[in-house]
Amino acid sequence: MSFWNDPLKVAADWLEGVFAGWGMDAILAHVLVAFLGVFLLITILMVLDIFLVWIERKVVARFQDRLGPNRLGPFGLIQPFADIIKLIIKEDTTPGGADKVVYNLAPVLSMMSVLILWAVVPIAPVMLGTDLNVGVLFLIAAGAIGTLSIIMAGWSSNNKFAMIGGFRQVAVMVSFEVPMLAMLMIPVIFAGSMNMNAIIDAQNVWYFFISPLGAVIFLIAAIAELGRAPFDLAEGESELVSGFNIEYSGMKFGMFYAGELLHAFTFGGFWAILFFGGYRFFGLEQVSPFLAILILVIKAMLGYWVIMWVRYTMMRIRIDQMLGFNWKFLTPLAFALLLVTALMNALLAGASTWLYVFGMFLANVVTGWIALEIARSATRKERASVEGPKPVEAHH
Amino acid sequence: MTAQQIIFLIVALYTLGSALMVVTTRNLVHAALWLVSTLFGVAVAYALLNANFIAVVQVVVYIGAIAILFIFAVMLTRKDMRDAGPQMNSNWWAGALVAVLVFGGLTSLLSGWSGFQNTAAALPSGFDAISLLGESLTSPEAFVLPFEVASVLLLAALVGAVYVAFNKK
Repeated sequence: MSFWNDPLKVAADWLEGVFAGWGMDAILAHVLVAFLGVFLLITILMVLDIFLVWIERKVVARFQDRLGPNRLGPFGLIQPFADIIKLIIKEDTTPGGADKVVYNLAPVLSMMSVLILWAVVPIAPVMLGTDLNVGVLFLIAAGAIGTLSIIMAGWSSNNKFAMIGGFRQVAVMVSFEVPMLAMLMIPVIFAGSMNMNAIIDAQNVWYFFISPLGAVIFLIAAIAELGRAPFDLAEGESELVSGFNIEYSGMKFGMFYAGELLHAFTFGGFWAILFFGGYRFFGLEQVSPFLAILILVIKAMLGYWVIMWVRYTMMRIRIDQMLGFNWKFLTPLAFALLLVTALMNALLAGASTWLYVFGMFLANVVTGWIALEIARSATRKERASVEGPKPVEAHH
Repeated sequence: MTAQQIIFLIVALYTLGSALMVVTTRNLVHAALWLVSTLFGVAVAYALLNANFIAVVQVVVYIGAIAILFIFAVMLTRKDMRDAGPQMNSNWWAGALVAVLVFGGLTSLLSGWSGFQNTAAALPSGFDAISLLGESLTSPEAFVLPFEVASVLLLAALVGAVYVAFNKK
């Protein structure tokens, strides 16, 4: 096995050999090497995060017909470093009456809830943190920690706006966890496993083509989980100034901000893994693990770009609209789709691949169409009851 | 002592310490946050037992739903967040007595068990705990009836909650 086929294992074996040569205990050497691996992954992610700031600002500039950062370095590439220096030397304030421990713990937990997700991300066929057999559920568990960090930040800041922002964000996250969990079950039904790597292995046809509606609902739930527009009512600049992170300054605010960007990129990655074949692209991933990483990063970036596209196109919705949309439309639709998918999966068990894909695609389209028709008639009735009877149009 | 035992002892001490903080801290929100910490320790204990699924579900259900609900309820019902009332009522000794009795009873029961001193055997390779769990929850020979009864109970609770909250026009 050479370095180019399995770089991580070769490097780990070499390092363990070096540590053993120093007379270190084998178990201790193993733990130390695993720790170094985690450290390396987190470092790479944090460095990537710095460039995500630049990417986000450049892309939003394109969407809004501006130039974006363009003064420091080529294409403004040095701008994020200048931002970091500013954040670090900024005064670190704590509001009066704040709960100090909880207040300082919240940004750390927020960042942690994002970084911990990468423990189950298969970056290449041979490169993954841990081959957890419940990888899909792990995503929701990490989201629970994110929810907790936001409620902690909102409560401990001793600020009414922060508190309201925290409440709103938690309402969004708790609500949209339900359709997200249901949609996570769809790749699980197809692959027959909750293991991320097994889900990628089973995707000879991208699950996007088998369950386009599932992919779209997952994306909507992911955007809500991220707290980005149109679900950014926790930030709501026009009403709440900045929501749950209003009292944070300097690098503590930076942690929330960087965490959100990395979270968006990570969900782009999960979207790619669950519905677009992850690191697979016409057998290219077998050539070299480095190529597989490149494919996954490109796919994750495309997912991230879609999330940004939605963010800078849509308007913010009100909280009652958000809750109504989720509980009256998205959650029932997600459960209906899950039922239809499970039924069709049982019906088409012996069918050929093309028939299976076609049948599933059709079932998705029909489910989505029926849901939209029901929603349309319901909203028509609601609108009619608010507006009253239509005035008879005057004849000219 | 093996490494696993040392890790277990650390986790157990952490969980117990957090649990003690839940009942002794004066601030209700702090108590809820310590409860999250306790539940997290329990999840780690499940992970140490190779029960990945239960560990993750513990985090999803208890931290993601129940603890968040606790914090919500505390925040929505208390006017003052800095409340510092008495942390115990007059029945504290009964609770402590029950806790000690349960601990003593479980210890004496388990010490009579033949496998008490054994270390756990390693899982055979290819052992798929989730499939086994899923099959035993849906197979008529195993636990399908209790599983369905629990599901119906939860559904009834859900319908009841909707009925209580429903605003008749």
